[in-house]
Amino acid sequence: MTERIWTILIDALPKMLEYGLKVTMPLTVMSFSLALVISVIVALIQYAHIPVLKQLCRVYIWIIRGTPLLVQLFLVFYGLPYLGIQLAAYPTAVLVFGFNEAAYMAESLRGALEAVPKGQLEAGLCVRMSYIKIMWHIVLPQAFRTAFPALSNSLIAMVKGTSLAATITVTEMFRQAQVINARVYEPLALYTECALVYLLFCSVLTILQQVIEKRLNHYGGNKA
Amino acid sequence: MMLEVSGVKKAFDGKEILKGIDLQVEKGDVVAILGPSGSGKTTFLRCLNFLERADGGRLVFDGQSYDLHGASRKEIIRVRQKTAFVFQNYNLFLNKTVLQNVTLGLTSGSKIKKAEAHEIAVRSLERVGMADRLDSYPNQLSGGQQQRVAIARGLASDPEIIYFDEPTSALDPELIGEVLGVMRKLAGEGMTMLVVTHEMDFARTVSNKVVFMENGVIVESGPSQEFFENPKETRSKEFIRSILGSR
Repeated sequence: MTERIWTILIDALPKMLEYGLKVTMPLTVMSFSLALVISVIVALIQYAHIPVLKQLCRVYIWIIRGTPLLVQLFLVFYGLPYLGIQLAAYPTAVLVFGFNEAAYMAESLRGALEAVPKGQLEAGLCVRMSYIKIMWHIVLPQAFRTAFPALSNSLIAMVKGTSLAATITVTEMFRQAQVINARVYEPLALYTECALVYLLFCSVLTILQQVIEKRLNHYGGNKA
Repeated sequence: MMLEVSGVKKAFDGKEILKGIDLQVEKGDVVAILGPSGSGKTTFLRCLNFLERADGGRLVFDGQSYDLHGASRKEIIRVRQKTAFVFQNYNLFLNKTVLQNVTLGLTSGSKIKKAEAHEIAVRSLERVGMADRLDSYPNQLSGGQQQRVAIARGLASDPEIIYFDEPTSALDPELIGEVLGVMRKLAGEGMTMLVVTHEMDFARTVSNKVVFMENGVIVESGPSQEFFENPKETRSKEFIRSILGSR
């Protein structure tokens, strides 16, 4: 009995790692990159108080944060085809994960942007830098430093969140565990193993976060 | 006349902070703007550099006339090209080194080549005695050192006038001297300066003109010596007495 489980677990491990590295991680990286771009734009629009666009951003954040991720996935993958919009499973997952997490990240970034002392902008104006250049060279880098722990949270949440893609037929790591389990039926052992692989991935990211945070500390943070 | 402002008005939330300020500055003048807190000194200075939009008023600077309320973006940049602003809290770019703090405005504001900007920056930093800390970050410096770097950042663009907004008010007492020393040196070199300050010593010994403001109006203005030795207005007399008395 025990020996059988060990054999199953050892056989399953390379498969899970393979799908983890080949599907879960790329899915995370792509979704997170998309989320990063969207969140920076959404945060900057609010920070700069651009009329109309700012209201649109608030509506976007309101809807995304107010509805479950799983429902959003189903709506896009199973619902939108009825409006003639048909997307493959993998792009659907990237889009939904990206737009979903971006709403949370935009709020972290907006808070961080507002925490940058206003004098930084004024000093930039006084040396004739354009608003865009001040944002790019001064304000955004400082905001990123402040928001970094929150953004790391989002990244780690996303690694685990991609398991929901299994529900729209994307064969990622969790779906792979399900497939193996369907064959051998050892849910306790297999899902524990699956959880441990997620834990391993997230641990690597946590260590990475600490290393990068240390490097970002070089200028001593945002003390004015 | 190098700089001439007239009728500067500004209200915040219906409260009048500046009720029509006139001021004339000649090349080489060091003008101290004095007055109790809340008198509008800082707001006035910020209006001159468009950090604050005045509700009304004109600025004649370098032979050009500007509407302090309605100036276009181009006009504002033209004014800022010939002025520098030193803040009470230094406002050095926190994520940039001392050197980058000075070069950034040159390369990205004034479109000067990197190598040349570097040279100008080092020269400016030498003038304030900070050329030995090029690679330090602002938070690794004392307040006095940060303020000197901020002055160097202003000097780098070769301004015709420097505005100082209470440049020593955020400093520990033992650090005030080094900043005032730099300002004294600049004054000696003929730099035109407009200084909002509480440093009576500086106003008396370095500035050649004094403007005394209270409640959004200029109560008295004139040559420094005359102002300190023989103030005309009752409020000026009281102010000088209260400041000097508290020493």
